[in-house]
Amino acid sequence: MTPTSLSGSATGTARGAPADIAARQRLLTWLALALLLGTLAGLATGAQGFSLRGLWADLRGEDTVLLLGQIRAPRTLGAALVGALLGLSGAIAQGVFRNPLADPYLLGSAAGAGLGVVLVLAGAALGGASVSLASAVWLARLGLVGAAFFGALAGVGLTLMLARGAVHTLRLLLAGVVIGVLLGAVSDLVTVVSPDALRGKQAFLLGSTSFLGWNAVALMSAGFVLLAVLAQRHARALDALTLGEDSATSLGLDLGRVRLVLVLMLSAGTALAVSQAGLVAFIGLLAPHLVRRRAPGPHGWLLIASAGMGAAVLLWADVISRAVVAPEELPVGVVTAVLGGSYLVWLLQHRVRR
Amino acid sequence: MPQPPRLVPHARWVGALALLVKALLLAALWLVVARQATAQAIVLRDDRGVEHRLAAPPRRIVSMMPSLTETVSVLGGGARLVGVDRYSNWPAEVERLPRLGGLEDAQIEAIAALKPDVILASNSSRAMDRLEALGYTIVRLKSDSHADVQRTLQRVAQLLGTPDAAGAVWARVNGEIDAAAARVPAALRGQRVYFEVGGGPYAAGSTSFIGETLARLGLANIVPPELGPFPKLNPEFVVRARPDIVMGVAREQALLASRPGWSTVPAIREQRLCGFEPAAYELLTRPGPRMGVAAGLLADCLQRLKAPQ
Repeated sequence: MTPTSLSGSATGTARGAPADIAARQRLLTWLALALLLGTLAGLATGAQGFSLRGLWADLRGEDTVLLLGQIRAPRTLGAALVGALLGLSGAIAQGVFRNPLADPYLLGSAAGAGLGVVLVLAGAALGGASVSLASAVWLARLGLVGAAFFGALAGVGLTLMLARGAVHTLRLLLAGVVIGVLLGAVSDLVTVVSPDALRGKQAFLLGSTSFLGWNAVALMSAGFVLLAVLAQRHARALDALTLGEDSATSLGLDLGRVRLVLVLMLSAGTALAVSQAGLVAFIGLLAPHLVRRRAPGPHGWLLIASAGMGAAVLLWADVISRAVVAPEELPVGVVTAVLGGSYLVWLLQHRVRR
Repeated sequence: MPQPPRLVPHARWVGALALLVKALLLAALWLVVARQATAQAIVLRDDRGVEHRLAAPPRRIVSMMPSLTETVSVLGGGARLVGVDRYSNWPAEVERLPRLGGLEDAQIEAIAALKPDVILASNSSRAMDRLEALGYTIVRLKSDSHADVQRTLQRVAQLLGTPDAAGAVWARVNGEIDAAAARVPAALRGQRVYFEVGGGPYAAGSTSFIGETLARLGLANIVPPELGPFPKLNPEFVVRARPDIVMGVAREQALLASRPGWSTVPAIREQRLCGFEPAAYELLTRPGPRMGVAAGLLADCLQRLKAPQ
């Protein structure tokens, strides 16, 4: 978001500086600590809010497996995984577009996922009369998760078609904005025709970690590991891209192909996260910033650290959303937006004063 | 020497007094006439505290809320409705009326073209503010609880110039709720209900109008009053509360068991579920004169449920 934070990644290729390595190790320690404590806090935050005594009572009670094993553990891990996927996708997006304001929702994936969810909700509402119950259930089951996933991919697909591939970054960004607006308008139109879809859409837009179970955790872990490995392979290409397109081409990079692969990767990561937890705000934008500010480095470091940072932030946001007004909940997307927004305000103030 | 004119001032006093009496009489007469005139006019304070004065009962009414459309209709004002919002769908006669959008995206020009004497709406919205600035009379009426529904009935009846009609309608609603309560199987009385109004999960708490109806049917609510009418709950709260009966939208109920940990909830394990199709669910979530019919739907479902062991 500022030249300094961008140059952080640009100069990151100077990987040998001992000060940088120390900073990275420090950040890694903090992240590990935040994840560990966050997981504990997640396990200790139930329907009565954060309470270690409550955790102890639940551990000795007869519902330990149900409350801790079936509900809180997968929810806590799931929140971390959603955060990790968004952090990783955000770091890739900011690398591909060489723009610190890029975020994983930029390429039409958010609007596409939203439209998918609205269409399924509206279809199920209409189907109540004409479609048999079994197929309506099937629709709903594939529904929200599948619809968001394929909707997000379709949104990015349309953007890529409109931009004729990923050769021109500016065209790609513009196409993403256009597709985002168009798909958003279509989903608004559907909610006007079928007001029933509005309730579900709102929950989706605010983001929710409430119903993450072990299935979601397994799916997201597999997806995350796959994407992280793939992303690591392309870390050097992202480093080359930060030098500028001409330099990257002169280094022998096939820009169009590499960008396309990267865009597909970030879309898959975003689609997976969004399908499980809705549009959780700000994580993808925030996580890479936090990492670059504390411990700049090459993309090999930045990608993984951003994933860890995203995981830590969403983990804690989920704990806060459960603890503040227990047994009620705040939508987790609202918590991340407040946290992320406050951080950016603080950052701006800080920079202005300097 | 003529006598000092002692009588003259006296006569003056008498004259003045007579004038005063005349004036007072006239004033009294005017007051009586005026009182009779205002009996025709309507003075109505709405839920925002604004006092509306209408010279006569409105002849052209626009309703921007389904529950208000229904209220006007059951009070015999259906023929005076000239336009409704897009969600109003009962009684069937309103289907032929012009659709004027929703509260937030009301079609201001279309409403103005209908030249309504009164526009009925709920809370404030920008579209209604704009119409108010254009000089239209907007009566805002809340419908959050049974008491609100009753008060709204009275206000609309007053507005229609038939203030006595509200009592009969409210008595009928209450009668229907009591009849529904009488049909609830004795074994289900006091059972604890979780009524889901949204997948957040949002619940209908005991202070919501749905919660009030459930209480009248003799059921307990897992959501305590202090959480407000429609809280977004931690799903763990529902699992811990172990509701005996779960109510909500039919198509969402098939998926309840797949939520983490929810298959242990007694209502879900033993299939004591009340799932409602969209039309029935819409009726249940409308705080208006059909609350008694809605209570009947709840009783229908409760009669079909197995008694808990």
